[in-house]
Amino acid sequence: MQRDTGVTAVRYSESLEKQYVGFATLPNQVHRKSVKKGFDFTLMVAGESGMGKSTLVNSLFLTDLYKDRKLLNAEERINQTVEIIKHTVDIEEKGVKLKLTIVDTPGFGDAVNNNECWKPITDYIDQQFEQYFRDESGLNRKNIQDNRVHCCLYFIPPFGHGLRPVDVEFMKALHEKVNIIPLIAKADCLTPNEIKKLKDRIREEIDKFGIKVYQFPECDSDEDEEFKQLDKELKECTPFAVIGSNTVVEARGQRVRGRLYPWGIVEVENQSHCDFVKLRNMLIRSHMHDLKDVTCDVHYENYRAQCIQEMTSKLAQDNRMESPIPILPLSTPDVDTEKLIKMKDEELKRMQEMLNKMQQQMHDKEQ
Amino acid sequence: MATSEVDAFANEEKRTLELSGHVGFDSLPDQLVSKASAQGFCFNILCVGETGIGKSTLMNTLFNTTFENEEASHYGQMVELRPHTYELRESNVNLKLTVVHTVGFGDQINKEQSYKPILEYIDAQFAKFLEEELKIKRSLFNYHDTRIHICLYFIAPNGHSLKSLDLVTMKKLDSKVNIIPVIAKADTVSRNELEKLKIKVMSELVSNGVQIYQFPTEDEAVAEINSSMNTLLPFAVVGSVDDVKVGNKMVKGRLYPWGSVEVENEKHCDFVKLREMVLRVNMEDLREQTHARHYELYRRCKLEEMGFKDTGTDSQSFSLQQTYEAKRKEFIVELQRKEEEMRQMFVNKVKETEAELKEKEKELHERFEQLKRMHQEEKKNLEEKRRELEEEMNAFNRRKVAAETLMGQALQGCSQQPFKKDKDKKN
Repeated sequence: MQRDTGVTAVRYSESLEKQYVGFATLPNQVHRKSVKKGFDFTLMVAGESGMGKSTLVNSLFLTDLYKDRKLLNAEERINQTVEIIKHTVDIEEKGVKLKLTIVDTPGFGDAVNNNECWKPITDYIDQQFEQYFRDESGLNRKNIQDNRVHCCLYFIPPFGHGLRPVDVEFMKALHEKVNIIPLIAKADCLTPNEIKKLKDRIREEIDKFGIKVYQFPECDSDEDEEFKQLDKELKECTPFAVIGSNTVVEARGQRVRGRLYPWGIVEVENQSHCDFVKLRNMLIRSHMHDLKDVTCDVHYENYRAQCIQEMTSKLAQDNRMESPIPILPLSTPDVDTEKLIKMKDEELKRMQEMLNKMQQQMHDKEQ
Repeated sequence: MATSEVDAFANEEKRTLELSGHVGFDSLPDQLVSKASAQGFCFNILCVGETGIGKSTLMNTLFNTTFENEEASHYGQMVELRPHTYELRESNVNLKLTVVHTVGFGDQINKEQSYKPILEYIDAQFAKFLEEELKIKRSLFNYHDTRIHICLYFIAPNGHSLKSLDLVTMKKLDSKVNIIPVIAKADTVSRNELEKLKIKVMSELVSNGVQIYQFPTEDEAVAEINSSMNTLLPFAVVGSVDDVKVGNKMVKGRLYPWGSVEVENEKHCDFVKLREMVLRVNMEDLREQTHARHYELYRRCKLEEMGFKDTGTDSQSFSLQQTYEAKRKEFIVELQRKEEEMRQMFVNKVKETEAELKEKEKELHERFEQLKRMHQEEKKNLEEKRRELEEEMNAFNRRKVAAETLMGQALQGCSQQPFKKDKDKKN
């Protein structure tokens, strides 16, 4: 029943007994192999100093990544430049290994003059893309290390009325290079009404400025209602208002991560206090792989296409015979050949005219 | 002024006398107070801080009223200062309160010029007062004093320390105005974080030589409370005009899912301390310091700039009038010199242009002559050619005539012959 052109769905007729082929175990095989291979994930955190980035990362991955960190004084930060610092840890849970890389951006937004303070960050992301591009086009592709940034958590201060110019410029510089997830930091300084107003404001401004933040993928239509409801709630909750904590406090008879105030205890994992749980579920438990996929399929492909385009146009100008990377010749018409064609056309026209003239002259002479 | 008389008084010894009864001049302070109260007081507050940090809310909470203020946008190109003046009244005391907000502070990407508008505003108020002081006909008692008495600098609670912008701005402002730094939105900082933050902020200010306002400790009545408050700077404040229910009372506060922050609870924040210090205890001292220290410094710098000195080159004290006269003469001389210069320049320019014009005229004349000559030559050539042509024509005509006559003769001969033949025939 299978034709050679295309693939048709093979349907067993009802009368025949269904014979078990066995490819239904594919998911299990994939699972086993992936557990053996291990996963990797690169997360970038960006935002002004003091927004709680390190605390949040510690709370998310339940470790302490930032021992012995040295913080700069206000005076030292007047002319500070942005640095890129990577922390890599290997963590394991139920046999699944994860190589987690956190890319820190200390100094962002801290100086008095923050013109183009996102440039080191965009350069870093481009560098990782370039590295992967070269590795992918190389001869030995067995052990490619994927250092591309899969996700960038951007911390918006809760003290203002919405996005500030530096936030807008940063996100616009990065939204086509990396998945941006904006977060409202230190959300324990906002009452629930204020949080709602700020979220609406920020969503409005993101639309207004045309910033493309990471979008959750649409649910499949055959998922159950509960999942769809959860998904809808998740999408309406962005940007997430988060609180982090490095300390454990006693609340309602339990020991939880939280912050102790004279007027109450903020629990990080309490959904009515903040959106930390939603962020964790989304980032780690359900969408980590989707973030990686979008980075590979969308951002990296955009970079690659752009890179190749630039290279071929350069090659045509330089007229080089060799190219460092094996690429297919482009079918787009070249500027030079077009010029040549035009010239030849004009010459032909001229010759035609001369011919006509001569014929006319001969005709006249005969007469 | 007779300077010698004043000196004589200074050298005389002052004696203290005992009074033998109650004279009654101990009511002088009361007289002063009642006069001042009748006039009304003036107080000007400058609030410096990022957009949305809670400046307007804190003002509303401090004065227990709602000052109208529109929400600022984050996208202004420059920092703007917006003053609003209000008249308040409490127990027969009139207060003319001016609140100045910095709109757009901290929003620009490049904040190197952010402190300038603030500095300019403060200086402008000083300049206005100085102008009034130097007027011939002045009315200082009636003057609406707009000099800033206190600058509340709002520090964002980012958990670690001051921002670089805060440090730079406070350094520029500390010699112009009384600065009291406050930690805004303090309900986001837990207790031990708050202690660490306060210590860090103060140490950074001290190590960079920023002089913030110290509550005065000379007056015994308030020395104790002031010195203890000095150690609690910067105040961590929370502002709110909404009421929350605590127990069975309605108090000002903020309601969170995990509890309520009460603004006037000293265990929750330092709002009460701020209000005590600024409004209830040290308001008059703030005004005095502004006038006696900051304004005097400004005035001295400004007058020195203009060239006034208290003592001349031979250590004789000049009076303002003499210095003024001298300055005026200098100025007039300077003006005259400038006028001369300009006149000279003008004359020179005119001469130059005249010379240029003459040259051009000569050139044109020459060219005209040249053209004329060429024209005449051509004319001559043409005349010659014409003559030649005429001669040729004449010669041609003659030949033509000659040819015609010849032809005519030949024709006659021919025509006569047939005639003869005819005649012969006839004959």
